Amino acid sequence: MQLHEYQAKEILKNNNVPIPEGQIASTCDDSKKISLSLGGKCVVKAQVHAGGRGKAGGIKLANNEDEAFDFADQMLGSSLKTFQSGETEFPINQVYIEKASDINSEYYLAVTMDFDLKCPVIIFSTEGGMNIEEVAEKNPDKIIKIHVDPLVGPSPYKIRDLSNKFNLEKEISSQLYSIILKLYEIFISFDCTLIEINPLALVSENKLVALDAKITIDDDSLFRHKDLQGLFDETQVNKSELIAQKNDLAYIKLSDGEVGCMVNGAGLAMATMDITMKAGALPSNFLDVGGSASEERIKEAYNIITSDNDVKIILVNLFGGILRCDIAAKGIIEGFKENQKTVPMVVVLRGTNSEEAKEILKNSGMEIYFSDDLPSAANEINKRLGR
Amino acid sequence: MKSILNCDSNKVLVQGLGRDGSFQTQKCLDFGTEVVAGVHPTRAGDNFNGIPIFGSVNEAVDKTTPDIGLIFVPAPFAADAIIEQVDAGIETVVCITEGIPINDMLKVNNYIQGKKVRLIGPNCPGFLIPRKKLKVGIIPGSIVSDGKVGVVSRSGTLTYEAIVQLTMLGIGQSACVGIGGDPLHGTSFVDVLEMFEQDQNTEAIVMIGEIGGTREQVAAEMIKNSITKPVVASIVGQTAPEGRRMGHAGAVITGKSALASEKIKSLKSAGVHIADSPTEIGLKLKDLIKD
Repeated sequence: MQLHEYQAKEILKNNNVPIPEGQIASTCDDSKKISLSLGGKCVVKAQVHAGGRGKAGGIKLANNEDEAFDFADQMLGSSLKTFQSGETEFPINQVYIEKASDINSEYYLAVTMDFDLKCPVIIFSTEGGMNIEEVAEKNPDKIIKIHVDPLVGPSPYKIRDLSNKFNLEKEISSQLYSIILKLYEIFISFDCTLIEINPLALVSENKLVALDAKITIDDDSLFRHKDLQGLFDETQVNKSELIAQKNDLAYIKLSDGEVGCMVNGAGLAMATMDITMKAGALPSNFLDVGGSASEERIKEAYNIITSDNDVKIILVNLFGGILRCDIAAKGIIEGFKENQKTVPMVVVLRGTNSEEAKEILKNSGMEIYFSDDLPSAANEINKRLGR
Repeated sequence: MKSILNCDSNKVLVQGLGRDGSFQTQKCLDFGTEVVAGVHPTRAGDNFNGIPIFGSVNEAVDKTTPDIGLIFVPAPFAADAIIEQVDAGIETVVCITEGIPINDMLKVNNYIQGKKVRLIGPNCPGFLIPRKKLKVGIIPGSIVSDGKVGVVSRSGTLTYEAIVQLTMLGIGQSACVGIGGDPLHGTSFVDVLEMFEQDQNTEAIVMIGEIGGTREQVAAEMIKNSITKPVVASIVGQTAPEGRRMGHAGAVITGKSALASEKIKSLKSAGVHIADSPTEIGLKLKDLIKD
């Protein structure tokens, strides 16, 4: 689960990581008021779940409270598309009004998990404010990774070594050490998968502050973070993906597709998409209904796929194990009865109770073509699409 | 560490006998697996089709001396179950549970370092050895057949797809091992490949990978240096968009090395035979063993 900048900064502030003064606003009037309280000059920042906001016009420097009002007016109610967000447009419902800082240098600091070494890793770079992937490619010398033994925590000597390598002044180095320790504590106690401060800025009086903040929480840990669950902003997620999420379905909408896919198992779902594409048709979604899907869940899955206007044909590929194919078939028919949308469907059913499922579907009155395996299903799809 | 493929004794303890756990345990029994104990915190003294249920793993180990522990415990409690089994001295622990927090697995991985235990999973279908009538996990017993091909995979249902293809072509399996879709997991491709290389009953290997991480590259490096048996591989997720988690927590394209194309490149350079589509795994292998 991704947090907004203002939510992430709230967590930083509560844990004594220095941030510039600022407040969240959802109206222009509030934006103006906050701007005034900060002394007029401020930064107006669109709160969306996308990186690259600056270049896309989602971050503006206001010289006074009236400009703050105007920028807020432009942003609120509009939506933002950045180079990192692809085709998705993120609605701007809130802006964060932050006191403008005099920046001397910009660093990059992140804590994430290194899955190869099976431990957390701290990433620091002197090239802050830039896309870190780009820095890694062009200037790998400017990045240092510090791996952390979970039992030991971030070792002071490693941070000293880092400071020496980049010739950081002692005053800055000690602030950096303290910030790294606090971020690491947050990373562990909030079950984060990523904390990224880009930039970590050196401002007047040689102070380090987190100018931006991105925090992602491990979804699987949310059961023990009831307080964080309320931070989820539904408006930042594709509507179908949101419905899917509420029904425990793993669904991802893909652009330019035409074949709606319903599969059980993530690996088989990816394989089904690959095979569809190899046959010359484009999948319009990834959908894993899960191991032990109920009739209700399958019904929702059918509704989600049929409510996607890009879908011209549906490919159902189910391998019954824990999942019972007959229950899935009933779910599909329930969905069909509910929304009455007739989309032709190519169906591959194998494993637990697949024969019963075929009988159920045959008698449903829906336009269904059965295939024995995936390659023949792919051919059938092309045939039905008139190719 | 012992190979799971060649143990003389394969007595299984099952921890977590809820709806799915009970259903799957019955399937393991039906296949012929020797299940000797169940563990459930509130059902001690009860039994599951005659198999005694204990309140703790320690007690179950004392009374029934299992060799393998199988875990169906819900995600919030699964990490603790793994540690409980390790502490009780079980040397092979198979965790089926999906959705364990990353931090919990971080602790587990740290804890088992240097201990005499092989962890398979989590978020995996477990393993199955047709010859021994041993099924530890959820791979459907109806689709497997005894033979000489070792199958290893990150995915569950996709493993079944490959097994069905092999079985339909009359090619049996020496063992099928699902290592799981989580980014922090126990047994890796490399571990299983090593076991297949050592195993007298395995003559060829099928490996199914997917996008995300660098596990397939690590495997490729190892295959190049120390695997003499023929390997057929397929990598799924070629159509996956960047930065989106494709169901499995580990299946996310973050950076170039996570791409299917990069993984295929590494495997090809290690002499692995690539099935361009997962539907061609069976045929690809058939061609190979014909020669």
